[in-house]
Amino acid sequence: MTQEHDKVDGARRSFIGAAAGLTAATVAPGVILHTVAAAPRAEAVTDKVRWGMLIDTAKCADGCTACVQACDRENGLDLQIKPEGASEQMWDRQRAVWIRKVQVQDNLTGRVTNLPMLCQHCEHPPCVDVCPTGASFKRADGIVMVDRHTCIGCRYCMMACPYKARSFIHQVVAEKLTATPRGKGCVESCNLCVHRRDHGEASTACADACAAAGHHAIVFGDLKDAGSAVSKAMAAAVSRQIREDLDLNTGVRYSSI
Amino acid sequence: MANAVVRGLLAVTGLVWALGAQPVAADETFVTPGSNAAGLTSCVEPTDFMRRNHMEIIKHQRNTVVHQGIRDSKHTLAGCIDCHVAPGPDHKPVSVYAEGQFCHRCHAYAAVDVNCFGCHATVPTPATASKAASGEFGPDVAQVSDQGAAAGGNRP
Repeated sequence: MTQEHDKVDGARRSFIGAAAGLTAATVAPGVILHTVAAAPRAEAVTDKVRWGMLIDTAKCADGCTACVQACDRENGLDLQIKPEGASEQMWDRQRAVWIRKVQVQDNLTGRVTNLPMLCQHCEHPPCVDVCPTGASFKRADGIVMVDRHTCIGCRYCMMACPYKARSFIHQVVAEKLTATPRGKGCVESCNLCVHRRDHGEASTACADACAAAGHHAIVFGDLKDAGSAVSKAMAAAVSRQIREDLDLNTGVRYSSI
Repeated sequence: MANAVVRGLLAVTGLVWALGAQPVAADETFVTPGSNAAGLTSCVEPTDFMRRNHMEIIKHQRNTVVHQGIRDSKHTLAGCIDCHVAPGPDHKPVSVYAEGQFCHRCHAYAAVDVNCFGCHATVPTPATASKAASGEFGPDVAQVSDQGAAAGGNRP
């Protein structure tokens, strides 16, 4: 691949973004300011809010999987059953996972970093760019998710995602939760506990579990609210995006790496 | 002439009978006894409307909930099964596909194969089922405020 190919064309992106914005303004000229309430959301989400996370890898404990387990439990991923006859290796590769604990080692210094890896909720999500049906979409409040009603299971988004954040459901799902419908033939990934967002809850399952385990490595909140815990944490600490060379402006950021 | 009178009388009798029989058919109920729906006078909309259009309103609602996050609608699939699925003999929630349950019985009769429950929960959730019982059709998710151990919807 040449240097020219690697470079992100920012002007092209902003042109497409402006065109999309113009379309949105024509379609919905009167946007009402929305305030988060405890009751189920009655009005459409707006871009006054952008949900995001700051993960402090220094606080992320070695061997702890509290966030992964909480995510599995919240979204019914722990109800998955290994298909009969499938090998352990195949099941490890194919079972749906929304958060993975990745360990990165600096070969020069030997320093090991724990990196909980999940959907990064990009401002410019490649998965949305490639989706042929519009099933992969970015909600107005910045959550990148899959509309399973329209997903045809082509898995282009899985190939496009630089973070390997998405999973495909290969088997019929026998048990599923009311809050997280999931079934065979669709792609899925972290949706920042969207059902909690729509009921005005403050946090995500993983952030709650991390705090309950005493690590407080995950801070969740509104990136556009300067007073939110996540904005304050980002203002205070050096944070980085994974693959920041792609200019995706991720909603999930990491500090101490 | 007499024949014509007899034919006329027969026709009138038939019409009167047909008209008289009609309201009985309309009042007949098909909801599963023991479900929350059995204790209510009508569904979230008038019965006649629901019979013809229930699929349209939940199809519309699914788009607003997924893309816009609007979750206060009374037209929800979770609401359907919470209200219409009657508990089993042991008073535990059963699947919408269990013998004699309203939704599946009618879909089977009408030869309609819905794939809603390929992804959506087939068993009512106690939290929302009680809301349906009190006539308050609110959230379409189980864990409104519960977190941690309670979060888990219809977990067995």
